[in-house]
Amino acid sequence: MTLLVKMHGIEKRFPGVHCLKSVQFDLAQGEVHALMGENGAGKSTLMKVLSGIYKRDGGEVWISGEPAEPAGPREAQDLGIGIIHQELSLMNDLTVAQNVFIGREPRGAFGRLDERALNRQTADIFAAMNLKLDPRAIVGTLTIAKQQMIEIAKALSFRSRVLIMDEPTAALNDAEIAELFAIIRQLKAEGVGIIYISHKMDEIKQIADRVTVMRDGEYVDTVQASDTPLSRIISMMVGREVRENPLVVPDTSGNDVALEVRKLNRGAEIRDVSFSVKKGEILGFAGLMGAGRTEVARAIFGADPTESGEIRVNGKVCRIKSPNDAVLAGIGYLSEDRKHFGLATGMDVRANITLGSLEAFSTRVGVLDEKAMKDVAVGYISQLGIRTPSDRQEVRFLSGGNQQKVVIAKWLLRDCDVLIFDEPTRGIDIGAKSEIYKLLEDLAGQGRAIIVISSELPEVMRLSHRIAVMCEGRLTGILPGGAGTTQEDIMQLATQRDAAVLLAGEK
Amino acid sequence: MSSVNPTITTATADKPKSLFSRLIEMGTHQRLLAFASLIVLLIGFSLVSPNFMQTSNMIAILQATSVNGVLAIAATLVIITGGIDLSVGTLMTFTAVMAGVVLTYAGMPLPLGVVAAIATGALCGLCSGTFVAKMKIPPFIATLGMMLILKGLSLVISGTRPIYFNDTPGFDQISRGSLIGEIIPALPIPNGVLILFLVAAAASYILGRTVLGRYAFALGSNEEAVRLSGVNTDGWKMAIYALAGGICGIGGLLIASRLNSAQPALGLGYELEAIAAVVIGGTSLAGGRGTILGTLIGALIMAVLTNGLRVLSVAQEWQTVVTGAIIILAVYADMMRRKKA
Repeated sequence: MTLLVKMHGIEKRFPGVHCLKSVQFDLAQGEVHALMGENGAGKSTLMKVLSGIYKRDGGEVWISGEPAEPAGPREAQDLGIGIIHQELSLMNDLTVAQNVFIGREPRGAFGRLDERALNRQTADIFAAMNLKLDPRAIVGTLTIAKQQMIEIAKALSFRSRVLIMDEPTAALNDAEIAELFAIIRQLKAEGVGIIYISHKMDEIKQIADRVTVMRDGEYVDTVQASDTPLSRIISMMVGREVRENPLVVPDTSGNDVALEVRKLNRGAEIRDVSFSVKKGEILGFAGLMGAGRTEVARAIFGADPTESGEIRVNGKVCRIKSPNDAVLAGIGYLSEDRKHFGLATGMDVRANITLGSLEAFSTRVGVLDEKAMKDVAVGYISQLGIRTPSDRQEVRFLSGGNQQKVVIAKWLLRDCDVLIFDEPTRGIDIGAKSEIYKLLEDLAGQGRAIIVISSELPEVMRLSHRIAVMCEGRLTGILPGGAGTTQEDIMQLATQRDAAVLLAGEK
Repeated sequence: MSSVNPTITTATADKPKSLFSRLIEMGTHQRLLAFASLIVLLIGFSLVSPNFMQTSNMIAILQATSVNGVLAIAATLVIITGGIDLSVGTLMTFTAVMAGVVLTYAGMPLPLGVVAAIATGALCGLCSGTFVAKMKIPPFIATLGMMLILKGLSLVISGTRPIYFNDTPGFDQISRGSLIGEIIPALPIPNGVLILFLVAAAASYILGRTVLGRYAFALGSNEEAVRLSGVNTDGWKMAIYALAGGICGIGGLLIASRLNSAQPALGLGYELEAIAAVVIGGTSLAGGRGTILGTLIGALIMAVLTNGLRVLSVAQEWQTVVTGAIIILAVYADMMRRKKA
């Protein structure tokens, strides 16, 4: 059997960085080959070389046994290589079919667009994928999962034999992941080779045949997914063993309540949510995507409006109309989307850390004290172990984990009593994850109240002293943390749909 | 952020050697391209026409830069926040008219006229800022509306007739007098130019060293992230627009002083000249990036171009064509440079 892709001795340099050092990779027909490694290991660079976005500096590439020199995404497409980027690149205001066939629309006489043929051809592709989706739907109205399916359909419409998926499940919930995996298995059966990049360990076992691990731009090894323990894959990625400290739930029963939320409401997204967090406690929020966890957090923080409800901080009722009010009340919120909502990525580390506290660094007329800002920034860089050449480095050059630490530093500086972390480890590699966990535990140990929202159950269970579970805007239950609570207990609450809604909403 | 670099003043004096070393030094900064173009233009025009490099002509260029430069600085502040201000031109006129109302109609003393112009500017800027920040109207629309409102108001208040400042002695000295010339007779730099550089220095300081400036960049860089950091983004944005408006008020004083009158029909088109200077100076219309020094150089390039082409007796219609081409070229070159970097 010929290999779909064979790459050997691939070299890639950027000014000052040796990104790929003699890397090898291959892909067989009908195989899911996972490519793993920490952020900055060179996975994406390797895939960009394969898909023609970057020109390689050395090494050879064979596609279906033929030496290949993809000079750009277009040529790569012609060679049968489709790539689905982590950030979806769809036009939200166009229909599904218009997106799939963008640039290749079927034409009638005089260059007239043939919408009917467009929709029919798209429907054919969906039928082949076993996907129920209306080609005339507007993309912006669909869920992220559905949009991902459209990207896959688009790649398949080029008759791709190789599909590169870069963290395809990052924004999907469990049901949607299952949907995606079903399609991957079907593509596999049809002989399509899939290169699968992911940070989620459990997925690798479920979907991958082989795993190739990269570290610091170098090829480490390729192993069979089925007979290699995850711990070995992790240690190959990190280059060391990662030890997980077991969760110790401290006794916080005697502590004061830091944040109390009563009957918070907004439409169907937030329905009668009430809970409280004590000082020194970590409250986890579990639930499926769209359960309303982020909505609750943003409402508490004043980022979105509420219809009714009461928020008390340290026993005092607070009227929170904006994030500014929330911060003054002592509530901080770290968004799930660092790049868009957490950081000014074009600004440097120092500016980002001090962004929320500039008044503290300025004179009465508003002149900034750069020296004091530098001292504080340098202090946090060493305290949190932020890996950056200096405090003047623009944050867009930092890795995901270090960017997250910059956001955390910003909030530590604001000295909030209540900190809400929304998906604190999304897109962060394993080594940095345990550092973030330790940091959260330390913060709780200092007496702060911590709320952690996470879509990864192991993460919620690893961190939470208590676990609040949401489903469709309602808080369906609060479970104790620790070994007594199982994933099944959480999932049961997370899928506990409201009977009335079931009747009204599902026709 | 660098503060206003003294290179500007030396650039117009004829010291090519020190200029060259300056040029190399500038290479490490962002404004190399705009600055190099300015030098090339200066050298080119002086080779073609011996009259070009004369002190009187250099001063004429600086004088011509002053109004556009001040307006461009105002526009830079707003553009850095990711906004745009189309009202700088008619706001300039409106503030000049208000100065006329206070000085000529009401006969009040000169300082009150100055205060009136700047306060009017700041107030109008605050209005634009409120439309943008509180009412969430896109800056383009908000300031487009403001542009027309102010143009109309100028005509209404003045009865469409120019207001002359003949009864206010010293008003014309705001722009045309020369404090520097009194101290150093060899350097009769007009006050208008001096004011331009003072405004530039102040704006540069505000952008680089104050909370307001930091938030201006942060807003342009990622407004939602700033809001979610618990910052009162609306308030800071309004402050930036108000500051830009106040600077337009200074522009209004400069032009009124130069013409010794408030010309109510003037103003339209100035906003585009100002934005052109900002863009040539390397400030990103997407926000988050830009410098006052760049804007100053941009304004100088436009003035040098107009002046040089006039010295070469190129028809005015063609001057406009060339200016347009330069804008496109400047932005293209800047993008190419960024791509490489």
